[in-house]
Amino acid sequence: MKVLMFGWEFPPYISGGLGTACFGLTKQLSKKNVAITFVLPKIKGEINNAGIRVIGGQNYVYEEMEEIKKSAEFLEKEIRVSSSLRPYLSFSTYKEYLDQLKKTEGEFNFIKEQVETSKSLSRSQSIDFSGDYGDDLLSEVTRFAVVGRLLAKKEDFDVIHAHDWMTFLAGVEAKRQSGKPLVVHVHATEIDRSGENGNQDIFNLEKYGMENADKIITVSHRTKDIVVNKYGIHPDKVSVVHNGVDLDEIYQYDKNNRPFKRDKIVLYLGRITMQKGPDYFLEAANLVLQRKKNVRFVMAGSGDMTRKLITRMADLRIADRFHFTGFLGKTEREKLFAMSDLYVMPSVSEPFGITPLEAMRYNMPIIISKQSGVAELLDNVIKVDFWDIHKLASSIVDVLEEPGLTETTESNWEILKKMDWGFAAQKVINVYSECLSRR
Amino acid sequence: MSVSVCFYFQVHQPFRLRKNYNFFSIGPDHYYEDDKINREILYKIIEKSYIPTNNLMLKLIKKYNGQFKIAFSISGIIIEQLEKYAPYVLDSFRRLVDTGCVEIINETYYHSLCFLKSKEEFKEQVTFHKEKMKSLFGVTPTTFRNTELIYNNELAVEIEKMGYKTILAEGVERVLGWRSPNFVYYPSVAPKLKLLLKNYRLSDDVAFRFSNGGWPEYPLTADKYANWLHAVAGNGEVIGLFMDYETFGEHQWADTGIFKFLEVLPEKILAHPDYCFQTPAEAAATYPPVGPFDSREYISWADIDRDLSAWLGNPLQDSALDFAYSLEKPVKESRDPNLIHTWRKLLTSDHYYYACTKWFNDGDVHKYFNPYDTPYEAYMIYINVLNDLKLSLRDRGIDC
Repeated sequence: MKVLMFGWEFPPYISGGLGTACFGLTKQLSKKNVAITFVLPKIKGEINNAGIRVIGGQNYVYEEMEEIKKSAEFLEKEIRVSSSLRPYLSFSTYKEYLDQLKKTEGEFNFIKEQVETSKSLSRSQSIDFSGDYGDDLLSEVTRFAVVGRLLAKKEDFDVIHAHDWMTFLAGVEAKRQSGKPLVVHVHATEIDRSGENGNQDIFNLEKYGMENADKIITVSHRTKDIVVNKYGIHPDKVSVVHNGVDLDEIYQYDKNNRPFKRDKIVLYLGRITMQKGPDYFLEAANLVLQRKKNVRFVMAGSGDMTRKLITRMADLRIADRFHFTGFLGKTEREKLFAMSDLYVMPSVSEPFGITPLEAMRYNMPIIISKQSGVAELLDNVIKVDFWDIHKLASSIVDVLEEPGLTETTESNWEILKKMDWGFAAQKVINVYSECLSRR
Repeated sequence: MSVSVCFYFQVHQPFRLRKNYNFFSIGPDHYYEDDKINREILYKIIEKSYIPTNNLMLKLIKKYNGQFKIAFSISGIIIEQLEKYAPYVLDSFRRLVDTGCVEIINETYYHSLCFLKSKEEFKEQVTFHKEKMKSLFGVTPTTFRNTELIYNNELAVEIEKMGYKTILAEGVERVLGWRSPNFVYYPSVAPKLKLLLKNYRLSDDVAFRFSNGGWPEYPLTADKYANWLHAVAGNGEVIGLFMDYETFGEHQWADTGIFKFLEVLPEKILAHPDYCFQTPAEAAATYPPVGPFDSREYISWADIDRDLSAWLGNPLQDSALDFAYSLEKPVKESRDPNLIHTWRKLLTSDHYYYACTKWFNDGDVHKYFNPYDTPYEAYMIYINVLNDLKLSLRDRGIDC
């Protein structure tokens, strides 16, 4: 089976869970003899990562200015998109991310043999992207839609698969051009990112993609409910495929030698944005520190709330117990997991939430918010409402004081083995087959 | 009726911290300073400012045969950097002091804010600096100026008790009221002490505005400036021109004409028969104080606010200061001179200046002097370093 896949992130160009998920899934699909052409908006040339052909949309863009104009006019009419758009990141956050990416370039060792390529790629990317991920995202999305149409003419494929709203238009255009079935994959919705007051244009684009798709994949039942209830999609059209977890790449670290021997480390790792609930983590940390001294809190990541949280932390006078690491590359991220004693994911709204599973690879207890998709898969972990900082604080204390509390008959590892990306890939293949058999 | 012009120059450079001192450095990595950056900046300043300015000052002192006088306050940590990287610059300062026309002023060795937090630490740092001046230049200072001209009544009392004769402060209007900064005052609570004030308008005309093309008085010539100084005659006795020494050649580059300006300035000033140059100590001894100077609030020479808000007041700065001084007792308990020295270097006021979030107007100046990208970055690096220091103390079995 041949799949034309549209994505916005792919290693080594990752800002969050989307790129990781796309990589994990496509790697396993490829093992199951699915040939994937993965299209990113912004790389030059073509690379091959773990058997997946990754091509850049921009190669096609500049020759086709007329098409782009037409497409933009069409879009404005058809779905009334007018204002500036924003994906997962605000412009400043994204810029911060790009800067960090440049600093930690060496950390991305997914494709060692292409170090040279990726260096030049990321340089050109940072130039081309300046502005594009901020106010001008709409034109970016539009251009990508044109790419979709052009590729549908040139490439040979059976199914189209588009990841998240930035690529939905491209997917729909490819479908129009080719008549091949379209699967849209919802990793997150505007409802998750911004609550009920999200960007209407993005909502419209999401809805447009879902309505024009043959099948929709959501990463959790929680997200399926949103797709059905908020976007008005028939439930039969939606299949749930939970994300998997990559069990390779465990960082070897001797905890006995770590610098904070006397202290337990409680970890938050993710973008520092409203959706992820970092402020609840900080407030809970403060409550814990009022009762307990031998504990440290680490907040890893970057995002538009960083400055606000640093200021709040300083105000609380817990600078000797609460640490910010900034954006981390792959190796440091794994090292931090290995150093930690408890992982907390306090997300306000999390379609899935891969990081608790990554934490579990290091055999540490986790506390997750009830407002996360991954909670559906984990029966024996502590779940709290993201807003309940008192419950979160007392849970942290409980786990730290009684590590046995979270022990179950099944080890973390056994649980994780059932969440292999292979299972997810098989479910995705079933969705493809369903689409094809219907024709 | 004579008028004395008092030049006092601040010579100081901090030990900047490594920008890559991150969370993972805490524990394994006890080296905090960015040697490369510090060395590079030092050499740049030496070449652009210290050496050419020292040479010019020496030339002027010789030329005017005792009539041209200046004063320096040289922080302990710039001296340590010069001792390490450029001892010939110290020789050059020594030659200046040896002329007898240069007064050496006392300050806190580490250019710190310690008076705000620990009187004990303050006395120690002042004493260190005094001893360092004695050993380097063979003089015992009788004039004191606190870091960044930070001053209040309480400080004056302490300085009087410590036996100083003269203290320097900013001529802040909200304290002076209708009165002029161009006289000798005494601290309201320490009447034995003489107080000399900075005339900030005339000082900043040189230090900040000299090369500002947008300034209506641009370009500032020595003739024009001397006229302004001469206008004080009849309604003032002392003109305190206090500024960073790096003004010459570094803040105002050589191509702005700052050195030519300085070279002819004494001649222009001395053209008026009532005008002379005096060091702060001499001026304080010459003129009887005209009245009390009463400041319960802290004042300083920084920014347009002339208070502590360049270093303190936002949560980042306040938390950093609290954290640093919470380590005083345990650090001293270690009795390890290296560790104590390391901690003290972290008390330097610049670390707090970098975490200032006042961006408007003054922000530009802050940014110019700030090696870090944002105040948040500066703060986190500083906090990481303090965390490592605290961890080392704990590893030595010291409770903290």
